[in-house]
Amino acid sequence: MGAVVFFCETSGKTVRSASLPALTAAQAMAAHHGGPVVGVVIGAGVGDAAKDLARYVGRVIAYDDARLTHPLAETYAPLLAAAVKAAGATALAATATSTGKDVLPRAAALLGAGMVSDIVRVDGTNRFRRPAYAGNVLEDVEVSSPIVVTSARQTAFPPATPAAAPGAVEAGQVGTIDALGAEVIAVHETKSARPELGEAKVVVSGGRGMKAGENFKILEELTDLLGGALGASRAACDAGMVPNDLQVGQTGKVVAPQLYIAVAISGAIQHLAGMKGSKVIVAINKDGEAPIFQIADYGLVATWEAAVPALIAEVKKLKAAG
Amino acid sequence: MKILVTCKRVPNPEQKLKLTGGKIDLSGANWQVNTFDEYAVETALRLTEKGKGGERSGEVVVAGVGPKEAAQQMRGVLAMGADRGLLVVADDAALDADAVARTLAKLVEREKPDLVVLGKQTVDGDSNQVGQILAGLLGWPQATFLASIVVAADGKSATTTREVDAGVEEKRVRLPAVLTVDLRIIGKRAVRNEGLAPADAEWEETQRYASLKGIMAAKKKEIKELTAAELGLSPTALMKVTSSEAPAGRKAGVRVASVEELVAKLHNEAKVI
Repeated sequence: MGAVVFFCETSGKTVRSASLPALTAAQAMAAHHGGPVVGVVIGAGVGDAAKDLARYVGRVIAYDDARLTHPLAETYAPLLAAAVKAAGATALAATATSTGKDVLPRAAALLGAGMVSDIVRVDGTNRFRRPAYAGNVLEDVEVSSPIVVTSARQTAFPPATPAAAPGAVEAGQVGTIDALGAEVIAVHETKSARPELGEAKVVVSGGRGMKAGENFKILEELTDLLGGALGASRAACDAGMVPNDLQVGQTGKVVAPQLYIAVAISGAIQHLAGMKGSKVIVAINKDGEAPIFQIADYGLVATWEAAVPALIAEVKKLKAAG
Repeated sequence: MKILVTCKRVPNPEQKLKLTGGKIDLSGANWQVNTFDEYAVETALRLTEKGKGGERSGEVVVAGVGPKEAAQQMRGVLAMGADRGLLVVADDAALDADAVARTLAKLVEREKPDLVVLGKQTVDGDSNQVGQILAGLLGWPQATFLASIVVAADGKSATTTREVDAGVEEKRVRLPAVLTVDLRIIGKRAVRNEGLAPADAEWEETQRYASLKGIMAAKKKEIKELTAAELGLSPTALMKVTSSEAPAGRKAGVRVASVEELVAKLHNEAKVI
């Protein structure tokens, strides 16, 4: 059996925290595969991030080249495939982020490997559990190819912790880079002081019942008071009230915070798929029959206009009492 | 411009799933076209139109891999306006993303389209892999989870936007390419072929529905059935589902009468604030 190559995304000088849950999954896979975890970072000027990753794994390969500034599936997938071959690895793992979802299946194609998306559990060398049908089914799956590729659901594994002794970083052979005529022209970043949706301990989400984008301001106030991230239902995003990157659901982000507060969200299957793993769910909706109440730990039948300002006042009171 | 677009039939996601003996029982399923594939068809049609309801130029070929019965959903896509269909007959249970992508790659070799447009994922399998695998097999560039696309007037490249974790990414790809689309793609001005549609071209903010005329026309359109063997394939799934179960359900909790009670419970009982 062989090593497990772990594709780690970077953020400036450090590893991207969204990647660390997949490292935990990679370590579980490595125990079955009987080899080490080999970390791979790709980008331009990723030396510091590679060193940061070496705090967690014994061996890190850094593919560092100015032409690798932006994650392009066309250039990253061949490097991951090359890393797997060079390390004699029998598995490739990463988190199902927007980059992971884009790059990994292409790498799987280059390796002739079967891929399992969104794993939530590692059951063996080639056996995994994953959700399907908008989270209404958990499937146990088996891969028959000699190499397996997995993307981990970020919320299903705890982030990996640093090892006792740091590992070594080596430079990967970049070789020919052919982007096949693809290029990233620009990335328009959404600036936010709030934690990332996938990592926040508290998520406050608004739905179609918020009626207009400006009404999300009061949810933002509650969100910031609780130190959380702001989310939204697909209906609210579709109606143009908030940007789509706030979308929580089957086709948006999957979150599992300690506390999820759903405001004016009816609770379509699509939305529930993205948040029902939360520890505590609070639903505030004026319609007592809304499906969201069937999965909420605490339900309050009220309009957001009445409930949210009162909630802000109560939380402030609680904080003041400290 | 010739576009190959995918169509998979999926059970209606609003219908409650039946699980028997560790298997999903789809015998009573109401089948429909995967929503993201409908968006892909809408995208392909807009790329061959001079504007909403305008003259068309180019061809939209629908490709599917699945049981014979899937022809019914494919017929619906032809009624939306696609020109002809190719259905590679296969047992759904024997397929995975890799097998579907390998089959599509053979169809691409035969049809030589300028673009392949797929839904970003199917709403049953939720794997989100086929487009990326296909691009890898073909050695073509890929642009995934698209929110918008403009095909250049010379038909040689496409400029796309897609939502990534950090925000919005603008990516240009050379054609031929593989594209997968997300829900934003059906925005009024999200899709345009510069060689055909004027800069202010606008469509409805939804995928189109089949008109009566479209349904009548679709009856005469060809759906060619093929087998994997004819394409020189013996598809074997690399990933197999060994068992399925319903996740542990969440029970409805308690109703609280007031915000004060809610905050007290969150603080004292759940200890989350």
